[in-house]
Amino acid sequence: MLENYFPVLLFIGIALVMGVVPLVLGMLVGPHRPDEKKLSPYECGFEAFEDARMKFDVRFYLVAILFILFDLEIAFLFPWAIVLKEIGTFGFVSMMIFLAILVVGFVYEWMKGALEWE
Amino acid sequence: MMEAQALQLVESLLSFLGLWELLRGFIEPAWHVVWTVLKIFAIILPIMGGVAYYTLAERKVLGFMQVRPGPNRVGYWGLLQPVADGLKLLCKEIIIPTNSNKFLFLAAPVLALTPALAAWAVIPFDDGMILADVNAGLLYLLAMTSLGVYGIIIAGWASNSKYAFLGALRSAAQIVSYELAMGFALVCVLLAAQSMNMGDIVRGQQSEYGLFGWYWIPLFPMLVVYFIAGVAETNRAPFDMAEGESEIVAGFHVEYSGMGFALFFLAEYANMILIAALSSVMFLGGWLNPFQGWPVLGELTAWVPGLVWMLGKMSIFLFLFLWLRATFPRYRYDQLMRLGWKVFIPLTLVWVVVVATWMQTPWWLW
Repeated sequence: MLENYFPVLLFIGIALVMGVVPLVLGMLVGPHRPDEKKLSPYECGFEAFEDARMKFDVRFYLVAILFILFDLEIAFLFPWAIVLKEIGTFGFVSMMIFLAILVVGFVYEWMKGALEWE
Repeated sequence: MMEAQALQLVESLLSFLGLWELLRGFIEPAWHVVWTVLKIFAIILPIMGGVAYYTLAERKVLGFMQVRPGPNRVGYWGLLQPVADGLKLLCKEIIIPTNSNKFLFLAAPVLALTPALAAWAVIPFDDGMILADVNAGLLYLLAMTSLGVYGIIIAGWASNSKYAFLGALRSAAQIVSYELAMGFALVCVLLAAQSMNMGDIVRGQQSEYGLFGWYWIPLFPMLVVYFIAGVAETNRAPFDMAEGESEIVAGFHVEYSGMGFALFFLAEYANMILIAALSSVMFLGGWLNPFQGWPVLGELTAWVPGLVWMLGKMSIFLFLFLWLRATFPRYRYDQLMRLGWKVFIPLTLVWVVVVATWMQTPWWLW
């Protein structure tokens, strides 16, 4: 069972190497002539006038929170979906009730305007 | 089977050289690892080659669609263009900005590429032609494709540049939004297949009706949603406002040069090919013959290997990526979020219910 996953682990390891090797090679082969202007952050030729670690729109944060809610819901649906034929009508009805509750939440956040971008 | 034969080949070769007795103690225990590594390279190298020539195909297709020849100077018909591009990127300076977080700045492209490649471990190319035939294949794929967002957000943050930061935020919000629609579409596939094993998902679509037995018929809206979400996940046109060269000049990778940039590029294209492979496996029957069980066509095409069908189905989706890019203007960000949250998520939710209800009736034929 677990030894089935050994090739997967090995693949991840090799994929990491495939990422690191070109980077190292590029550093060795490419020139290295840094100067102050070249290493400053790119702002269309202007001097950078402020730190980039600035405030940003709270909506991005809201999207992340909503994402976690829905992603958890999908995580619940996965095992249910696989055995639906075995658990029959009882399993089907229970999940429909769960989904109905979730839809209420989804409608609420829609009406509240959490999904608006203007 | 092939593994044992290959070991015998190595044995006879080495005993011919008189080395077998000497090396036997090292080779036999390590053989399984060596063989797996060989198989992994047999997957990774064609993908790398595929990525290189997909970029050429993209430029050619875009060129022809705009009635111009596309790259045609390097090699015959521009066939050496990807090699020239790779060499050029290799020989460029890797610039590490002063204000950046240096370790994360260099780690980000690797983090973007690794999951894009590692996901291929569970893709079946033909019946039994799969590296790791694991039962949680689809779950692993979902995990790997979700990890890609870290590379992007770390790149944007570590660059410490305003454009990169804005691009990374946009991109991250876009990717997580569309991942939900993608997840619901996958739930529909799981409902139909009753398995997370990628090989079983394909075998579940086998029938004497050929292409009418595949899941694209009962799950057609999910195929459309999955592919469009895939376009958004890979930040491709028309959903490429993470790059938006006219406003935030390439977004999260604006500070990258040389090989760092090349790795992001490789990751994006490897992900596109991955989405094409996944769409083929889950909705278009993977390696299955579309004419299987049909009277005349079925017998005429029975000799075609499954790998050919698989690659053919992938090419359809890969061409669709380019066609979309050539045809549609870029979406606005609010339109993109509206499509993801207000159209795709309700649609996929409804379809999960439809498929589950449908399966309770005797009219579920798949």
